[in-house]
Amino acid sequence: MERTLTCIVCPLGCTLTVQWQDGAVTSVTGNTCPRGKAYAETECTAPVRTVTSTVRCVDGRLVSVKTDRPIPKECMAACMERIHRATADLPIAIGDVIIEDVFGSNVVATQNRSVG
Amino acid sequence: MRELVIIGGGPAGMSAAIAAYESGVTDILIMERDARLGGILQQCIHNGFGLHRFGEELTGPEYAWRYEERVQALGIEVKCNTMVLDVTADKVITATNAEEGVFQIRAKAVILAMGCRERAKGSLAIAGSRPAGIYSAGTAQKLVNMKGYLPGKNVVILGSGDIGLIMARRMTLEGAKVHAVCELMPYSGGLARNIQQCLNDFDIPLLLSHTVVEIHGKERVEAVTIAKVDQNRRPIPETKQTIPCDTLLLSVGLIPENELSQGAAVDISAITKGPVVDQDRQTSVEGVFACGNVLHVHDLVDFVSEEAAIAGQAAAQYIQNTRQNAICIPLYTDGKVRYTVPQIITEQKDTSVYFRVSDVYKNVCVTVKDGDHVLLKKKRPKVAPGEMESIRLKAEWLDGVEALTLSLEEC
Amino acid sequence: MYDVAIIGAGVIGGMTARALARFALKVCLLEKENDVATGATKANSAIVHAGFDAKEGSLKAVLNVKGSQMMPQVCRELGVKYQNNGSLVLGFDEDDRHTLNDLLARGRANGVAGLRLLEADELRQKEPLVSERAICALYAPTGAIVCPYELTVAAIGNAMDNGVTLKRNFAVCDIRETADGYRIASETDVVEARFVVNCAGVHADRVAAVIGDSSFAIHPRRGEYLLLDKACGKMATHTIFQTPSAMGKGVLVSPTVDGNLLLGPTSVDAADKTDRTTTPDGLADVLNTARKSVPTLPADQTITSFCGLRAVGSTGDFILTTPKKGFVNAAGIESPGLSASPAIAEYVVALLQEQGLATPENPDFHPIRPSMHAFREATIEEKNEWIRRDPAYGRIVCRCEGVTEGEIREAIRRHPRAADLDGVKRRTRAQMGRCQGGFCSPTVIELLAEEWNIPYEQVTKCGGSSVLVVGETKKG
Repeated sequence: MERTLTCIVCPLGCTLTVQWQDGAVTSVTGNTCPRGKAYAETECTAPVRTVTSTVRCVDGRLVSVKTDRPIPKECMAACMERIHRATADLPIAIGDVIIEDVFGSNVVATQNRSVG
Repeated sequence: MRELVIIGGGPAGMSAAIAAYESGVTDILIMERDARLGGILQQCIHNGFGLHRFGEELTGPEYAWRYEERVQALGIEVKCNTMVLDVTADKVITATNAEEGVFQIRAKAVILAMGCRERAKGSLAIAGSRPAGIYSAGTAQKLVNMKGYLPGKNVVILGSGDIGLIMARRMTLEGAKVHAVCELMPYSGGLARNIQQCLNDFDIPLLLSHTVVEIHGKERVEAVTIAKVDQNRRPIPETKQTIPCDTLLLSVGLIPENELSQGAAVDISAITKGPVVDQDRQTSVEGVFACGNVLHVHDLVDFVSEEAAIAGQAAAQYIQNTRQNAICIPLYTDGKVRYTVPQIITEQKDTSVYFRVSDVYKNVCVTVKDGDHVLLKKKRPKVAPGEMESIRLKAEWLDGVEALTLSLEEC
Repeated sequence: MYDVAIIGAGVIGGMTARALARFALKVCLLEKENDVATGATKANSAIVHAGFDAKEGSLKAVLNVKGSQMMPQVCRELGVKYQNNGSLVLGFDEDDRHTLNDLLARGRANGVAGLRLLEADELRQKEPLVSERAICALYAPTGAIVCPYELTVAAIGNAMDNGVTLKRNFAVCDIRETADGYRIASETDVVEARFVVNCAGVHADRVAAVIGDSSFAIHPRRGEYLLLDKACGKMATHTIFQTPSAMGKGVLVSPTVDGNLLLGPTSVDAADKTDRTTTPDGLADVLNTARKSVPTLPADQTITSFCGLRAVGSTGDFILTTPKKGFVNAAGIESPGLSASPAIAEYVVALLQEQGLATPENPDFHPIRPSMHAFREATIEEKNEWIRRDPAYGRIVCRCEGVTEGEIREAIRRHPRAADLDGVKRRTRAQMGRCQGGFCSPTVIELLAEEWNIPYEQVTKCGGSSVLVVGETKKG
């Protein structure tokens, strides 16, 4: 079977053609770099995404956050539910873990937030 | 009197400041209208920044922080919450803030790094009423990411620029339903990967060659009518369909913010809507430099930083009287290449030329010629208006050259 | 019990309210919308006409000439921008020249000063960008421009400073005669007044009908406009008309007091009194027709487009009548209604006096209202003094028009308080520049929420259900 994908690893956005058989990728063409091939393989078997959003701090303001590694694509909505419900204590430094263990990732701050 | 004043503390302004400092000018002042440095990156909380510059995928605030940390470490002075009101050709800057009131500063050199703004609805003259619920994508981004409010629950997006695509995903993740993204052109203005990860991932349809022809609703948006357009981009009446929604987001282009530049009597290009510059990003006014989206709209912040470093270094050289402007070679384009930055070359050295094309072209050669003499011919499988391209000119090619033409030719 | 209730807070209602504020009377102004100046007042050509258009002897002619003579002083007292830029009516052929000569004669009969016919050379000296096809023009040096909603907000603000009450969101649904006047009801409120003035614009016939007056009808006539960026603001210095037709004064090209260029209007009779939608054909028509006057008008400098509804009366003239004791109609106030408004207000006061309204002087009446752009026009030293007293004047919120937080807060605090985004826009110009609020509206919403002490989600664009956000993203 053949499938066409747009690589999302970098802004080039290569069009990838993937052949696969019995649930396994047999060939990838169209990629410019090895990361494209790796992306195609993951995307066809167990696609993952980095989720970015915001979490409400205790003072009512927002802090921007991301999953520190990609999570399974189908878990994005559930991940967002956790993010919606969370509250972050202050102060916050970039990289601080805001929510632990969300589908194999930590949700970390991508901004600094001081008190007041 | 300051040596260097930089207007705008976004990615361009910070990178320019650091480069100028590292080139030996330390009397630098950055003026930023927001409460903190970072510019528009503060609200671009998605990832995808910095692959070129740092070899990793950062979010906007993280990318900005890398520069802000460095600005802090170098002790470069920053005035936040400060709006520059006017810049003159002899480099007197008038600004205002709550602490100092309206004040003036004279500078030896000025770097314009004010960024760009979004095209507004008014410029589209969409028919219908003008209810609440019509936002530019960037305004919606500010509401969602900075203020924490959802502008609406049922959304149609006009324009497939990157901010529009990013907001389709953001609104979806925050609980809204995005019904469609309409794009007037037969191709998207955004990056291919954003179409994948922001639309396809969420089954949001991208309707190419479609536009919004009418907005409905007296107080709040109730629906929009969309239609397919013909080759001349005119709506085809029989393809009209009405989509109930409470929000229309516009992502229909960015315009460099050059009101201050015009006040300084800087020549503005009719195509880029930004200043005309040389290879060092010096404008038509000596000692006034420009970089980042105020100069021309970039698609990647990495290139903004790179360009701003060129401007920062050159501004330092200008202050130190070490700039050499021996030649003057204009760079012309053939129409298929819409514009180049720089537009002129005034020093014989290796120079990167950035450019955008006016349509989607496949299997073309980017060609640089001096008259009929071909200096460079580089094959590209595909070029598109949404993606900035670049080539590198070698110093030795410029010997005795009077003018260069950048064109797209068949291979 | 009020002495006078005025229905409709447009320019006529506003000017009437201010005229009545000079007397020791209890006056209230009833407005169905969330703000003043939201009907025909907010979307018209913003012209103080010289007065050569209307037929000799008509109310339109008499009150136009008188009103435009009063306007400079009214604007001075209210701190409203007024520019005596003069107007030109272009003629493109000999038929037009004939019509222009008729207008010249009519204007002189109406008492308009300084009118004369210009030939092509002098025309082009005055307006270099005017079409080469224009062979002559009627020049009216007394023509002027003003911002109609600025004028109305200021007039109502001044009236309120002098004791007039403004009731917003008061849509009149019933009027009953009582022993000593009228009882006016909305869905949720009731006002009693001895005298009533009907300034309800396109809805004036419906209001009159409630008390049994069906002597006139009001037909809405749609007019679409384009507003161009300030970069084009100097493409015309005069208000440039084309030779008029039966449907009105045609499409004009005019600078605005704020430095933009205004093109329009179309002129299309409509059925719906609430339909202010713009149409693709209408907007294209405006640009094409305006280019007949100034061929180089750019299409890509449009910052906004809008549609106004003129209140065209069935009698052909302003309808200033007293159908019942104590009830005055000020209806059918189409062009030159803005120009005539100060004179109409005086005329209405005279009608009320005829009806028995006693008008003792209000000894405390103060005609001056500090200008809404006082800060903007101050010197740097004055601004700095201002900022020292209130640092909010040092914070720019709207970058396109350079509007400060202090000015926005002031507009939300002073009479008549801006209650929504559009209200702030009309008072301060924040959101009125080239980015149309893209940059500043999230902050303006915040300021409105703070000053009115309401949640962000309750701030509206223009009242009613025009909320700007539907809720918080994080449920906590």
